[in-house]
Amino acid sequence: MPRKPRLAVFKFASCDGCQLSLLDAEDELLAICDRVEIAHFAEASSDLQPGPYDVALVEGSITTHEDAERIKRVRADSKFLMTIGACATAGGIQSLRNWGQIDEWVQSVYPSPDFIRTLATSTAIADHVLVDFALHGCPINHHQLVDILVALAEGRQPRVPSHSVCLDCKHRGTVCHVVARGIPCLGPVTQSGCGAICPAYDRGCYGCFGPSQPANTASLVSQFQSQGHSTEKLVPLLRSFNAAAPEFHHASEKLVILGTSSEGRRS
Amino acid sequence: MTSNDLIEVPILTRVEGEGGVTIRLRDGAIENVQLNIYEPPRLFEALLRGRPLEETPDITARICGICPVAYQMSSVHALEAALGIQITPKIRRLRRLLYCGEWIESHALHIHLLHAPDFFGAASGIALAQRFPDEIKRGLQLKKFGNRMLDVVGGRAIHPINVRVGGFHRLPNAQEMASLIPHFEWGVQAATEATRWVATFSFPDFEQPYEYVSLSHPDEYPMNEGEIVSSTGLKIPVTEYDQNFVEEHVAHSTALHAVRRKERTSYFLGPLARINHNRDRLSPSARSLADEVGLAADCRNPFKNIVARCLELVHAYEEALAILRDYDSSGIAHVDYEYREGSGCAATEAPRGILFHEYRVDQAGKIVSGRIIPPTSQNQRQIERDLLEHLTSRLQAGASRDELAIDCERLVRTYDPCISCSTHFLKVRWEECS
Ligand code: SF4
Ligand code: SF4
Repeated sequence: MPRKPRLAVFKFASCDGCQLSLLDAEDELLAICDRVEIAHFAEASSDLQPGPYDVALVEGSITTHEDAERIKRVRADSKFLMTIGACATAGGIQSLRNWGQIDEWVQSVYPSPDFIRTLATSTAIADHVLVDFALHGCPINHHQLVDILVALAEGRQPRVPSHSVCLDCKHRGTVCHVVARGIPCLGPVTQSGCGAICPAYDRGCYGCFGPSQPANTASLVSQFQSQGHSTEKLVPLLRSFNAAAPEFHHASEKLVILGTSSEGRRS
Repeated sequence: MTSNDLIEVPILTRVEGEGGVTIRLRDGAIENVQLNIYEPPRLFEALLRGRPLEETPDITARICGICPVAYQMSSVHALEAALGIQITPKIRRLRRLLYCGEWIESHALHIHLLHAPDFFGAASGIALAQRFPDEIKRGLQLKKFGNRMLDVVGGRAIHPINVRVGGFHRLPNAQEMASLIPHFEWGVQAATEATRWVATFSFPDFEQPYEYVSLSHPDEYPMNEGEIVSSTGLKIPVTEYDQNFVEEHVAHSTALHAVRRKERTSYFLGPLARINHNRDRLSPSARSLADEVGLAADCRNPFKNIVARCLELVHAYEEALAILRDYDSSGIAHVDYEYREGSGCAATEAPRGILFHEYRVDQAGKIVSGRIIPPTSQNQRQIERDLLEHLTSRLQAGASRDELAIDCERLVRTYDPCISCSTHFLKVRWEECS
């Protein structure tokens, strides 16, 4: 039997939710530990082993100079680097700062802003180093994570479906909210993975799994506009957990340029 | 000051997020201890401004992947106060049910995978499973049913999608709720066994004259609602939080430390504080179990937080079971409301203690400003004080530096700090001052 792959988990600016997904795989957790060696996972173990690692799971986005350097070291130490979640894959909700004035933002939160050193942007891991695989979601789906770890342990290339949430709704038999209730739902342009839960709970998808490939976000947005939804409502819908993902970013910029929204001022 | 003796030991592990501790020595005695939190700030209060208020529960959930429900609960209650919304008794109960799910998953995780290993010198819960396979598997099952509850009521366990201002997007499906009942019957028993197991651990002898602070409600164990009470006699409505507590910004932290406003002293939040103030409102099984395992009425040993956490696990299972048995899917899922200018605040009991939110909203339904005070930044000063006291006495008793570094991590872990609510790559460091 080949050697067990050595797994490491690294955190950047994030909420810990994606790495917690691994511990949330309660039924599989102990079995996974038989198939991969957990070499570095600070949230779960005090036994922190040095690299090199076979697989690195990277959670979180880059928001400081130190982290921009640290991710390079992580890359150098890891054979296969995989981003987990919207923060690592697209910059996360904290990438909204990319549209704001960072100094003023820091001042609004901290009474002594001088103590705080942070970059004006929150960027995806792929903006800094080569990423071998990106797992979407805010948070990721732990079943997908487990499947990927098993594939890697068996030396297979990991794969996840790339269709949209919309198709999952059809499978679940959920009535379409765009058609039936005229609410704006990002399901048609959002990557599958969550099981289409929001529409099943009577609300529109807010795109937490990021854009699906290919996503014609612009045409969906024009449809929402023709249904009477304002730019003011649509811009924040596109600018949330995956605001900086290229497809959503372009669609929101286009709306701002063509529309009359006050939220789109680019600093 | 020179720092001629700097020992670095690995980062604080088995806590949520990453943190570290700096210990300064002078003439062989500990001069000062700092809990460092360098988590890159994510600036939630700033990014909320100008956003539709409806997004607040979804966005603030992303502050913490371990207690997203707490953020959702404090935010919706605060916004409902601002908008003058009265929720129905049914929605209120369902919110408690959802909160039970989060207490269960968070407590079961901390007890079994993060904290228990400390009592046996194990590196992780997974390593501990070699020695206690049944106990750890039971712990994982206990955690799992908390998550299943969050799936059913909230749509998913991490960052639930069903919570909204005014109630829920949709009421949970009655059949799915009924299917949880046998698991929760098992859970009350299993959590009871887990508590008995944990109560046999050997706890370091360490007590402090804490000021415990928690919510308190006349009819129920505190979760979503109540007055703020303290062990020194404070009893105030949540709206008077600012008159009694204040946040300070210290250089070694990207989190703000909260202290008592007048005295500038630290205070203690979390399971032990809650049990000490509300023991008679625990569920029947949890209450008799507290007596059985001999938890002192006014326990001042922070290492016993794990026992309090176990008792709350029993409570959450038992209360959830009662709500599940009673459930039918009639009634409205949410109360409608109109926008108005205003502000409102709320505090709820996150697994780690009081989580305070305050928002100002405008006529158009946008957030004007928000303020969030998480439990870990309120406990931070207390953790530092405890470290100073505990490490000093351990040093006097002849503990080596390596042992002290381990003690340091163990003490921090008793608080189950959630550093993601703010975090970064920290080391335990020694600095010797001559
Ligand atoms: S992607 Fe979402 S769930 Fe994952 S770490 Fe970022 S905020 Fe948390
Ligand atoms: S439906 Fe959309 S917003 Fe909801 S969980 Fe799925 S991807 Fe995320």
